[in-house]
Amino acid sequence: MIIDFSRQLHYVWALLPEIILCVSGMVILVVGVTGKYREAHLAVEGELEPGRSDDLGWLALLSLLAAAVANAWLYGVTEVGVNSMIAVDRFRLFSNWIFLLAAVLGILISFAYVYRQRLQAGEFYALILFATAGMMFMAGARDLIVVFLGLEVMSIAVYALTAFNRRDRKSAEAGLKYFLLGAFSTGFLLYGIALVYGATGSTNVAVIGEIISSGEGSRSLLSAAIALLTIGFAFKVSAIPFHMWTPDVYEGAPAPVTAWMSAAVKAAGFVAFLRVFMVGFGDHSIYALWYPILWWLAAITMVGANLIALVQTNIKRMLAYSSIAHAGYLLVAIAAANETAAAGMLFYLLVYTLMNIGAFAIVMSVSHHSEERLYIDDYVGLGWSQPLLGVLLTVFLLSLAGFPGTGGFMGKIYLLLGAAESDLWTLSVILVLTTVVSYWYYLRIAWVMWMKNPEVTGQYDRITVPLPMRFALLVSVGLILYIGILPSGALEFARASIEGLGTFGGGLLGQAP
Amino acid sequence: MITEALVLSAMIFVLGTFGVLVRRNAIIMFLCIELQLNAVNLAFIAFSRLMGIDGQVFVFFVMTVAAAEAAVGLAIIISVFRHYETVNVDNFKLLRW
Repeated sequence: MIIDFSRQLHYVWALLPEIILCVSGMVILVVGVTGKYREAHLAVEGELEPGRSDDLGWLALLSLLAAAVANAWLYGVTEVGVNSMIAVDRFRLFSNWIFLLAAVLGILISFAYVYRQRLQAGEFYALILFATAGMMFMAGARDLIVVFLGLEVMSIAVYALTAFNRRDRKSAEAGLKYFLLGAFSTGFLLYGIALVYGATGSTNVAVIGEIISSGEGSRSLLSAAIALLTIGFAFKVSAIPFHMWTPDVYEGAPAPVTAWMSAAVKAAGFVAFLRVFMVGFGDHSIYALWYPILWWLAAITMVGANLIALVQTNIKRMLAYSSIAHAGYLLVAIAAANETAAAGMLFYLLVYTLMNIGAFAIVMSVSHHSEERLYIDDYVGLGWSQPLLGVLLTVFLLSLAGFPGTGGFMGKIYLLLGAAESDLWTLSVILVLTTVVSYWYYLRIAWVMWMKNPEVTGQYDRITVPLPMRFALLVSVGLILYIGILPSGALEFARASIEGLGTFGGGLLGQAP
Repeated sequence: MITEALVLSAMIFVLGTFGVLVRRNAIIMFLCIELQLNAVNLAFIAFSRLMGIDGQVFVFFVMTVAAAEAAVGLAIIISVFRHYETVNVDNFKLLRW
């Protein structure tokens, strides 16, 4: 099918996955507030039978499946008229796969938690769907208006999800912190967009790229705009020094929300970051302006996050700092700004989604689908009393650390290849060294799990792994090992998704700033 | 004319930023964020005199989003107030910023 953007109706086809998610989100919201599904509140704490609220979760999964079908259908579409606000290219579709996968895994692991914590299931799943739609808008945005709208659709839903557990002080506090800092960063992003508009007269990323490469546009306005845009995006992807909210929010938010948002929100931020900076500011003359900023941001993030993660005792906080560290690795790809790095970034985001949600799923199991037993000392001897969980958590941690044979290793290799192509040698060395540091805190958990003798017995008897979560764990561990051992399929897919994205500027400057 | 509007917008934006960093009452911080957004709106309208209608369209989106954000944000502030009986962010010490 040919999508012709001069015809209004064709926008509906171009936005089909997003529309499916928004509509089904609203349906779930309405069904959730009707009387039949309110019984979940009466559930006795401690029991783990499937409540009726599970139906809403399965409904959400069904609509994600429908969106996935629509996404697959869009592969057969050619677009006419390049200056549309929404892109129908493979870059967007690949990113959509990441968001859909994250949402599916996130919902699969949240059933027991929603039931145990007596959360309003309808609103919970509907908000996840809305946020996923917002992420998809960000990935497909060819116009800064759509970037902004997608970012806000996603962020507002995620603020609400963070503060979702009304009975929990920590959740409310985390929600407030995330909201204030998120809205604050949006202000910077918007001011950046306004200055870009003032410098180039357009909000379309492709047009901005053309105007900049033709040498027009005030450079002083553009450099201020790029600085502000970088601040806005750095907040969203939680790069140091804009990371203050991350550990608090990840610790305070309900565990399934943390699992899902640490992967999906970051992926959405990076995807929009990449498109705006490579297509809009990809020209060599302007690349020289933002490349040093990104270089330092990546370096500081990798070093800082890995060092702070060493001293964490709460496992959710540790995983938060680990996610900041991963943001640092991904920033290397944006600083490199070439096709290999961009493909490596997509590949890494896919792997990161799988391994991070997998690790959080096991953390949720050990904490009895609530917010207890979250310290690293609570994992003493876990491996011997729950061997399967122990092995799975070890695989996820090794993959996060980048151990050969896992997806995380291949992801880092491709990030390094991208960095090497742009001659970012110092940054590559920092990446490798900080990875070595990260082995310490990942393997400490594995060591506690397998090597330390528990003082009390029977502390893991109450651990349950519900069926949907088992399925999610199976999918993530299977894909991680598959990608780790046979990476070529996924990498070819990522490489093909980068083609046609636009101009790439990287690779000329090379030297460290 | 445009230069003056841009300078004013920059001043309001800096004022908002400063307010968020200095004030400790969550509602005042939120008001300062709104100040930032409105500074951006002013900048858009000023640029739009030179560049055409796009900037004014953007302003409508910014206002809509700001309203949605206010709805969610105030709800979160109320839920925090129920737990802590204060909206001063210095009192939230359960999580260590």
